[in-house]
Amino acid sequence: MGEVTARDAVVAAYHDERLRVLATLIRLTGDWQLAEECVQDAFETALVRWPDEGVPRRPGAWLTTTARNRALDRLRRGSVEAAKLKEMEAAAMPAGDGEGPDDDRLRLIFTCCHPALPFEARVALTLRTVAGLTTEDIAQAFLTPVATMGQRIVRAKRKIQEAGIPYRVPPPDLLPERLAGVLAVIYLLFNAGYGGRGELADEAIRLGRLLERLMPTETEVRGLLALMLLHHSRAAARTDETGTLVPLERQDRTRWRHELIDEAGRLLTGTATPYQLQAAIAACHADAATPGETDWGRIAGLYERLAAVAPSPFVQLNRAVAVAMAEGPPAGLALVDALESTGALAGYHLLPATRADLLRRLGRHGEAAVSYERALALAPTEAERRYLRRRLDEARAGS
Amino acid sequence: MKYLMLVCVDEDVERDADPTPWIEEMDGRGVRLAGNRLRPVRDSTTVRRRNGEVLVADGPFAETKEQIGGFDILECADLDEAIEVASKHPAAEFGTLELRPLWEDWPWER
Repeated sequence: MGEVTARDAVVAAYHDERLRVLATLIRLTGDWQLAEECVQDAFETALVRWPDEGVPRRPGAWLTTTARNRALDRLRRGSVEAAKLKEMEAAAMPAGDGEGPDDDRLRLIFTCCHPALPFEARVALTLRTVAGLTTEDIAQAFLTPVATMGQRIVRAKRKIQEAGIPYRVPPPDLLPERLAGVLAVIYLLFNAGYGGRGELADEAIRLGRLLERLMPTETEVRGLLALMLLHHSRAAARTDETGTLVPLERQDRTRWRHELIDEAGRLLTGTATPYQLQAAIAACHADAATPGETDWGRIAGLYERLAAVAPSPFVQLNRAVAVAMAEGPPAGLALVDALESTGALAGYHLLPATRADLLRRLGRHGEAAVSYERALALAPTEAERRYLRRRLDEARAGS
Repeated sequence: MKYLMLVCVDEDVERDADPTPWIEEMDGRGVRLAGNRLRPVRDSTTVRRRNGEVLVADGPFAETKEQIGGFDILECADLDEAIEVASKHPAAEFGTLELRPLWEDWPWER
């Protein structure tokens, strides 16, 4: 075995096995810091030994055993009571390389997303521990000082140990609620990536795919993955060469990634649950070869079902858009005005932007311009402001 | 793991919430080691020592909407069990229950 191939094997094992080895070590030791250090040690040992001894038949098992022995050594030398050592020696090693409900990676994911941790710490810990990003990368992605992000992660790990947060997949009575929490973390990562930090969207999809492999019967896991894939399939078509946002109806649909759309299609179950419904809506757009072929009646119906299971003013706004497309702008405008009178979306730029768009389609350019101005003042990103400015100019020219 | 569960409620609001069934259930399960109600905040006294001088004052240190109205010491397998126990306390409906892990190796523990 040449040194180069052995080194490649270690790199490959780091990519494929790091998470599984780490997740098992945390279960065996109950000590996150010790586990991380021993896993790092095991990979360094592999770099030294694999070139001479050859790459083991099951690299993951080799790395887990090596890291475990290292942890036992360190604990023996430390002041750990004999009882705790015995417990660790007796703890079960993973049965194989298969994937199932008794996977340490699932335990790790659920523990990182435990509701007793602050939400931003769940996000940071998931990226650091599950996705394996460096603290520096995470800090940069969230525009947070590295020291602050490091402290957030350290505090979260400390609380897991000191407050007795269990390292497990929650039992059936807690699972729906806890799984929703895990999905919320992944979806936040995806949206942070969608907002310009692309590498986070890729991580979110990677996590979504892992979770889907580990929990293949959970419809909402499939729903979230489908939703992310469908949004991601349009990533290249969402902005033009100047960085301006291109709305769905003007996107070049040949630039949509159809392999992602197909993958998403296989994940749809038709269940009336929030992520499945949102994915079904996104699929309606993906399935239309041209904007004119979009089944807006079906989309409006899906939004109505979504509003029933997950009430939200944002859903109502989207429903108004779909109704306007299916039945004409007046019907949509009535829903937008009703929503505006509740004050639930005050300060949200897409409310006046939607209103402006409907007014423009009705030829009421003067009123449209007023609403575009309000939307422009509230829009959070430069891409959106650029788009709104263009529309405002058009409305002013038309009036 | 041992947890101190602080029962925080607005003591100015009269509540018809008898914790007896909860106490009986949790004593029966062996997760409740001790606990009691506290007299109202008006009977509270704060004590500090600064530069050797003992400073005694009336009332609680901070003005908050909810006051500690009682406490329980819980012995639970983990935080999830403590959350489950706390969520069943009648005050969870209208007040806040705070779970604080105790130091495990406190040498004077009884």
